[in-house]
Amino acid sequence: MAVTDSLSRAATVLATVLLLSFGSVAASHIEDQAEQFFRSGHTNNWAVLVCTSRFWFNYRHVANTLSVYRSVKRLGIPDSHIVLMLADDMACNPRNPKPATVFSHKNMELNVYGDDVEVDYRSYEVTVENFLRVLTGRIPPSTPRSKRLLSDDRSNILIYMTGHGGNGFLKFQDSEEITNIELADAFEQMWQKRRYNELLFIIDTCQGASMYERFYSPNIMALASSQVGEDSLSHQPDPAIGVHLMDRYTFYVLEFLEEINPASQTNMNDLFQVCPKSLCVSTPGHRTDLFQRDPKNVLITDFFGSVRKVEITTETIKLQQDSEIMESSYKEDQMDEKLMEPLKYAEQLPVAQIIHQKPKLKDWHPPGGFILGLWALIIMVFFKTYGIKHMKFIF
Amino acid sequence: MAAAGAAATHLEVARGKRAALFFAAVAIVLGLPLWWKTTETYRASLPYSQISGLNALQLRLMVPVTVVFTRESVPLDDQEKLPFTVVHEREIPLKYKMKIKCRFQKAYRRALDHEEEALSSGSVQEAEAMLDEPQEQAEGSLTVYVISEHSSLLPQDMMSYIGPKRTAVVRGIMHREAFNIIGRRIVQVAQAMSLTEDVLAAALADHLPEDKWSAEKRRPLKSSLGYEITFSLLNPDPKSHDVYWDIEGAVRRYVQPFLNALGAAGNFSVDSQILYYAMLGVNPRFDSASSSYYLDMHSLPHVINPVESRLGLALLPSLKCSGTVIAHCSLQLLDSSGLPTSASRVARTIGSSAASLYPVLNFLLYVPELAHSPLYIQDKDGAPVATNAFHSPRWGGIMVYNVDSKTYNASVLPVRVEVDMVRVMEVFLAQLRLLFGIAQPQLPPKCLLSGPTSEGLMTWELDRLLWARSVENLATATTTLTSLAQLLGKISNIVIKDDVASEVYKAVAAVQKSAEELASGHLASAFVASQEAVTSSELAFFDPSLLHLLYFPDDQKFAIYIPLFLPMAVPILLSLVKIFLETRKSWRKPEKTD
Repeated sequence: MAVTDSLSRAATVLATVLLLSFGSVAASHIEDQAEQFFRSGHTNNWAVLVCTSRFWFNYRHVANTLSVYRSVKRLGIPDSHIVLMLADDMACNPRNPKPATVFSHKNMELNVYGDDVEVDYRSYEVTVENFLRVLTGRIPPSTPRSKRLLSDDRSNILIYMTGHGGNGFLKFQDSEEITNIELADAFEQMWQKRRYNELLFIIDTCQGASMYERFYSPNIMALASSQVGEDSLSHQPDPAIGVHLMDRYTFYVLEFLEEINPASQTNMNDLFQVCPKSLCVSTPGHRTDLFQRDPKNVLITDFFGSVRKVEITTETIKLQQDSEIMESSYKEDQMDEKLMEPLKYAEQLPVAQIIHQKPKLKDWHPPGGFILGLWALIIMVFFKTYGIKHMKFIF
Repeated sequence: MAAAGAAATHLEVARGKRAALFFAAVAIVLGLPLWWKTTETYRASLPYSQISGLNALQLRLMVPVTVVFTRESVPLDDQEKLPFTVVHEREIPLKYKMKIKCRFQKAYRRALDHEEEALSSGSVQEAEAMLDEPQEQAEGSLTVYVISEHSSLLPQDMMSYIGPKRTAVVRGIMHREAFNIIGRRIVQVAQAMSLTEDVLAAALADHLPEDKWSAEKRRPLKSSLGYEITFSLLNPDPKSHDVYWDIEGAVRRYVQPFLNALGAAGNFSVDSQILYYAMLGVNPRFDSASSSYYLDMHSLPHVINPVESRLGLALLPSLKCSGTVIAHCSLQLLDSSGLPTSASRVARTIGSSAASLYPVLNFLLYVPELAHSPLYIQDKDGAPVATNAFHSPRWGGIMVYNVDSKTYNASVLPVRVEVDMVRVMEVFLAQLRLLFGIAQPQLPPKCLLSGPTSEGLMTWELDRLLWARSVENLATATTTLTSLAQLLGKISNIVIKDDVASEVYKAVAAVQKSAEELASGHLASAFVASQEAVTSSELAFFDPSLLHLLYFPDDQKFAIYIPLFLPMAVPILLSLVKIFLETRKSWRKPEKTD
């Protein structure tokens, strides 16, 4: 009895051990597949960062945008892939007591302006029309490459907007607005033309959640700093500069991003927890129903950084050697360098001729426009006052 | 007196009524139509029905194959039946309601005398050389030679051979069902050289929502009118290494023939530059076992970004090469003819990555600094990679070139390093092929693939690329036109100018022409038409004028028109009402007195 008992127990133990080992092998295989499946399919990253307010007292909006710009650059997105739109210039504003700086922390701890900021749309170029043109790609052909969003179907795009907003709109430059319907339509047009793989939309304005209510295109994740009916508040004023430096939501997002490096595995769920109501006073919101992947599988660096997919090159092709031409071309280069020397700078500019130039004779043209009108007025007044009969004394 | 006064007021009242009616008539009959007409947005007519017809277009791709039979390849009575044509058709069901029919049209014929002579020579290469001269094969077509079962042209165990220039050799068989068996073999060989399901699926990967995760399908570049290729030499340590690379010669000798062979696929322009003090962003680790430095696979993705910011410097197209800190050489290669003139509206400045809108491919050659020499790249198993290179899809490739330690002996720093351009170009051209999606085909069993050509590209590989690109272009153009039609249909007050409409018409015509050419097997003209279709549809979709009046909500319309119409409408309406009531009263009055 005892023997059969122990045998059966041994059998069950063996069976469980075998099952566990198979299970773990299968699980690791499934995990590999799952990891493959949940990884994003993007090959490049873009960022569109928009600050929509002007005037000195909206310093914090420019600081918001620049702090996101700085994080995004630090995590690897190059300037050629960032479209930065700032509606006003704070760093070189005449009211800035510390020129060429934009601070995000009080007591001037962190200068987010940096040394190599590249603003693509500045000042009055930041309009609703230009913003929609950048998103949809309907740009006049003369626009330079740095002002275009040249994304393709494998691009992950981060769109960050800040400024003053309301229920369903965002104010641009104190003179016009963009509605949430227009924004949703613009994203739909981007989707139709496959201009993005996945899109992360972050907005830091009052009632920001209303801006993402109307999205209907797939693969969009949205975050906002406040719900409808709530105001987004600013963080801290700096007594030396005299204005509020940052908005609360972006301040805590910046602190969160400062701890991310290009290799970190932090995911979007952590970003959703940034700035709870106790710190932010408003309730940040997010929308993930249009996004295909689970947010906990989405890395922060999928949008904020630029981690490339890389493959080892394992094959080469065979080429034939051609050694004779190499020698002659080397000699040609040496000869070229010698020929370059005789040119001297002094001869390029005929200074003597410039200094002793005679004044050019200008052709005489009869007076037109304003001068003609002025003389006509004077003559008319004269003759009205003194009567036409005086003309015979003149002519 | 009173009667006269009454008559006078009555006359005035009548006049007043007539005036009011006249005002109302003018406002309604003239004013309303005039206002409607002048506030109409100009919308040129578009072929909406044709565009929706494009969506349901079923693509048929035809590959014309010429099969040439030599004397002993098939039994005599089968030979009597020559020449005739056999069609082998297969439907490839892709998802997302697109179905593609693949048709191999085999024209069987007997071999001519010079072909018999060529095919009885000693080796396949000689045979090919002799067969090559007479005619140039059209793009997309194939020629298969059937030799006898016991011929010594091929090695004994090989059943077929695929040559570099759209020719193949297949063994015949002496059997009753000879034609069927040989026909199947021919179809297998022809599929390897032209179209298979994975080629088409890769081309349409964007339009198929599932299967996003395969690396093969993510790697190839998207179809574009042209590409910019930049070769950069990174020398982080000029104090130790004086690197010289003959890039002009290498481009002329190796890259230019390759790009000439690929010329049908687009415009290419090649630039090169040398960057000094450009570091990789990653610190390599020291491996004491081999006393070398290595970069393991997980740190490779972080190498590209710090370097990339320094790569896109503005290049002036006419600057000559010189030996200063940043040296730029700009080489203009080919300008493929046959591009439509409407494409000139797209900025095509060749030679500058800052100004051109073509996709840019960067190939970097990194010479590691003395402190980190030699530097190897390790794959995921920890073994050093033979090529010492890696690439990133849709971006380019990086190769690490280690300086031979012998050059350091008994020389003063900096040592002169002559880069072996052959080795470098072998790797770069292989990476270029991978980036374009030119992969190894699936060969049928017992098939011999010919050796590499001098250009590095076989002609039928170009054909495969063109097939894939044509299909991709057609799919892209169709989706663009469909979404444009949807957009314009949904938002009724977008202005559609005449040039937008003409581009749409051109695009629709080009799509239809390309589909016809594909069905009749003319690959070159089909590809050109598909490129025209894409260009025209993109010009129409991205026209800057399509942005105005994007959203004109109804409540804003009321706010604009009410202040204009209300002050005018109220008096007219009130007077009309008053006239109507009085007229009704005057009708009733006679009844009452009666």
